[in-house]
Amino acid sequence: MENPNLTATAFDLHRDSFGQLVFTAADGVEHVGVVPVRAFPISAPNGSLSLLSAEGHELAWIDEPQALREDLRTLIEDELASRDFMPVILRVNSVSSFATPSTWEIDTDRGPTRLVLKSEEEIRRLAPPALLIADAHGIHFLIRDRYALDAHSRKLLDRFL
Amino acid sequence: MKTDPHPLPAEEDAPHGHPHAPIGEPPPLPDAAVPLGNQVDGPTVSSEESFSDSLKHPLMAPPGAQTLAELAAAELPASPPAAWAGAIAELKAGLAGGETIFGWLETDLDERLRFASGIIVLTDRRLLARGADDSEWRQWPLVAGMKLVRRDHAGVGSLSLSDSGGLLMLWRYTLAEDAAAGRLIEQFGRRLAARLSGLQPEPPERAVCPHCKNPLPPGEDDCPQCSREIHEAPSTWTLFRLWRFAKPYKGQLLAGFLLMLASTAATLVPPYLTMPLMDEVLIPFQNGAPIDTAKVYMLLGGLLVAALVAWSLGWAKTYILALVSERIGADLRTTTYQHLQTLSLEYFGGKRTGDLMSRIGAESDRICVFLSLNLLDFATDVLMITMTAVILFSINPWLALVTLAPLPFIGWLIHNVRDRLRYGFEQVDRVWAEVTSVLADTIPGIRVVKAFAQEKREVARFKEANARNLAVNDRVNKVWSVFSPTVTLSTEVGLLVVWAFGIWQVSQSAITVGVLSAFIAYIGRFYARLDSMSRIVSVTQKAAAGAKRIFDILDHVSSVPETANPVPLPQPFAGNIEVRKVGFRYGNRTVLRDVDLDIRAGEMIGLVGHSGSGKSTLVNLICRFYDASEGAIRIDGVDLRSLSFAEYRRHIGLVLQEPFLFFGTIAENIAYGKPEATREEIIAAARAAHAHEFILRLPHGYDSLVGERGQALSGGERQRISIARALLINPRILILDEATSAVDTETELEIQGALDNLIRGRTTIAIAHRLSTLRRADRLVVLDRGRVVEEGPHDELIAREGAYFRLYEAQTKQLEEQVAEAGWVVTGTDRRRPAAKHAAE
Repeated sequence: MENPNLTATAFDLHRDSFGQLVFTAADGVEHVGVVPVRAFPISAPNGSLSLLSAEGHELAWIDEPQALREDLRTLIEDELASRDFMPVILRVNSVSSFATPSTWEIDTDRGPTRLVLKSEEEIRRLAPPALLIADAHGIHFLIRDRYALDAHSRKLLDRFL
Repeated sequence: MKTDPHPLPAEEDAPHGHPHAPIGEPPPLPDAAVPLGNQVDGPTVSSEESFSDSLKHPLMAPPGAQTLAELAAAELPASPPAAWAGAIAELKAGLAGGETIFGWLETDLDERLRFASGIIVLTDRRLLARGADDSEWRQWPLVAGMKLVRRDHAGVGSLSLSDSGGLLMLWRYTLAEDAAAGRLIEQFGRRLAARLSGLQPEPPERAVCPHCKNPLPPGEDDCPQCSREIHEAPSTWTLFRLWRFAKPYKGQLLAGFLLMLASTAATLVPPYLTMPLMDEVLIPFQNGAPIDTAKVYMLLGGLLVAALVAWSLGWAKTYILALVSERIGADLRTTTYQHLQTLSLEYFGGKRTGDLMSRIGAESDRICVFLSLNLLDFATDVLMITMTAVILFSINPWLALVTLAPLPFIGWLIHNVRDRLRYGFEQVDRVWAEVTSVLADTIPGIRVVKAFAQEKREVARFKEANARNLAVNDRVNKVWSVFSPTVTLSTEVGLLVVWAFGIWQVSQSAITVGVLSAFIAYIGRFYARLDSMSRIVSVTQKAAAGAKRIFDILDHVSSVPETANPVPLPQPFAGNIEVRKVGFRYGNRTVLRDVDLDIRAGEMIGLVGHSGSGKSTLVNLICRFYDASEGAIRIDGVDLRSLSFAEYRRHIGLVLQEPFLFFGTIAENIAYGKPEATREEIIAAARAAHAHEFILRLPHGYDSLVGERGQALSGGERQRISIARALLINPRILILDEATSAVDTETELEIQGALDNLIRGRTTIAIAHRLSTLRRADRLVVLDRGRVVEEGPHDELIAREGAYFRLYEAQTKQLEEQVAEAGWVVTGTDRRRPAAKHAAE
């Protein structure tokens, strides 16, 4: 919104019986189905976020989520946890081939899974040493520090870089 | 509003043999079914679909006509997910009272978005679900007011089950399961409707793919959507795959090989002749015997003849094989380019020009050099070594054994370095492509770079890419630089061993001096060959890496596959377009969802909406630059995916925002879509496109060169040439993608006349940012975030005061502000009626 001074107390949030977030603005207007969105999900995951209405208009800008009232923060964090999906790769167990498309068996912070790498270009270099890997189904897997992986994973990964 | 693709007219029921649904109340719809118009309220970046659309399927007779089991068998996906097959079988066995399973969905995420398998099963009366840790099934009986809705956001789909009281359950899955989720929702809607009304819905109308719910194109067994998801990596023995290109030259290759055999044999004659020269001429002479002149002449003559024969054979072999390899390289290039042209736009969107250029140019050249030079040398070397070994053994087995002893060691060395070098070189290639890509990125954008004074930053970016190139090369060179000298060292050591063993043998009178000198002469060549053979490792790896990158292109199956058995276009071709429940995803962003649209032949449709609302995507789908992720597009009743590209696209005229002119004359550019067009046709098209006069004003008229390096033309002029190009092929379907957006209002007026000529009598889909340009459209279709939100003629939409009205209002206001800023007086205009409309009437 135009008003950047919307303070944390200028609105209220609650969850309705359909599991949707309901936003009550300072003037008492209710918006159902509000979506919290992180502004920098990769470079500053705990930083500022915005509440968007179901139509995609910004309702409130939250500069410091940590400074929010306890119950609001929990609601927003719960909603984010159920929406934010960027598994972090902890280990690459095996790859089906060094030529793409290649299927990788990986361990992530969300449990073991597999990803299909369509081509080497799907591995994006973020600010080093982070990498972002998009799999064939559009899921983005994050490697926070490729040098911090174990030797086996590094060796496999190196073949694609 | 959406057009209803499945209305319920009485005549639709008749052909199915159920002229009347049982008399009584109309089938009760679940009261919570989402009214269609309310679907705008999805979350921003996400999209959703509810089952309610499927309720529009006509209902048919009560159960009994077909048993539930028969119905289910027709609609169930082929086999249950492997992880849950046992649980499903168990469940099936436990079902009572004729309860039948109608569908299932494997979910691969839990509510905290961790990877965990779960299953949802739909029967004719319940929805059951079980997570990885659950021991029991959770169940929800189907009751009125239930809703099953899917949404997706950032690669995660969610499926929520709710009733009028609130949310009952929420499941999460990755988009790999999205098509299956869509099918489950559809089934759920049909089952719920059947449960509530007691009537069985009609089975799905056509054969559908067992994996996703997309109808199979007629004449095809494989679903084009699913078959492209088979991810199989190409074999690593890529170089052998070059055989496909060598095959046509089998004869020449055989001749070359025989010549190689002969010439190698000829080069092995001279050392053999040193033996009699030493033993029968020189040593007897040292011992006092006179020189046998005749023998000397004979031996020297033999040496000369062997050298001459080796020279001429070597020349013939090199020439023939170089000729063949050059042709193989040329074929490879052409084939790759040819294949590249068949790939979908999606491929080109993901690849960068610099990288593709380097693959087709540099890599194929590298393979060519490899075949004509390196491989040839290597084959000669192998032959030479084998023949030498045979000769050495036939002279003296013991000495031969000692001579050949270092061979396994060198073989091991080569093998060891092989792997390291191979991916080292692959890395070098990739980094090299990165350097080229920086160039390809910045040089076209040089105006922006200069305007923002970011030259230093771009230089730094290039430097960085170059530094990475250097680092990778350094790493490869570290291995490589140790490798060569080691081979040389082992050669020297080998010679030393032969000398030592040979001298000892001579002292024991086991061999003659002649034999030793022949051995030394042979092994000099022998080890020299090994040294050059070791070089083959690097070039083979480089060529293999290059071949892999080329085969990466060749192996890439177009995501918009040409059908094997194309259905001919109906004649005469009218140009009716039906868009049915079309969805499209780009990466993990849903661009279009559930679009239904009917365009009659000859009608002009204006696509309106904010940027990013999916207008261009819809047009790309209609042109079949991409295939829809879901749903189908039919042209004159035929599925787009079952038409042949060439035949279909011949009927499509495309005018883009930035008209692209190829280097060539204006006449060639106009005739691009129909190279055989006569001069008269070209001029007629140019006249109709209002381009004739300005073309004649150019110094060389229709022969003026345009395009890169050619005559500079203004935006409006280029656009009129591209309109003439579209006119010349006389298409039935015309697509104007922001055709007038890049030009000012005055030029737009000039072009408009040309466009009016073009549009006449053709099915036209026009995208325009300026709403005034759509004044001739019969209907406007308003898209918002991938959905059709409004549809109708201008006046009707304005009267409705909906999304279009707001767009129009905003634009008129903007225009007025501009006018006011310019100091003009605006008299009260009725915003509800555009000025253009007045003019048109």
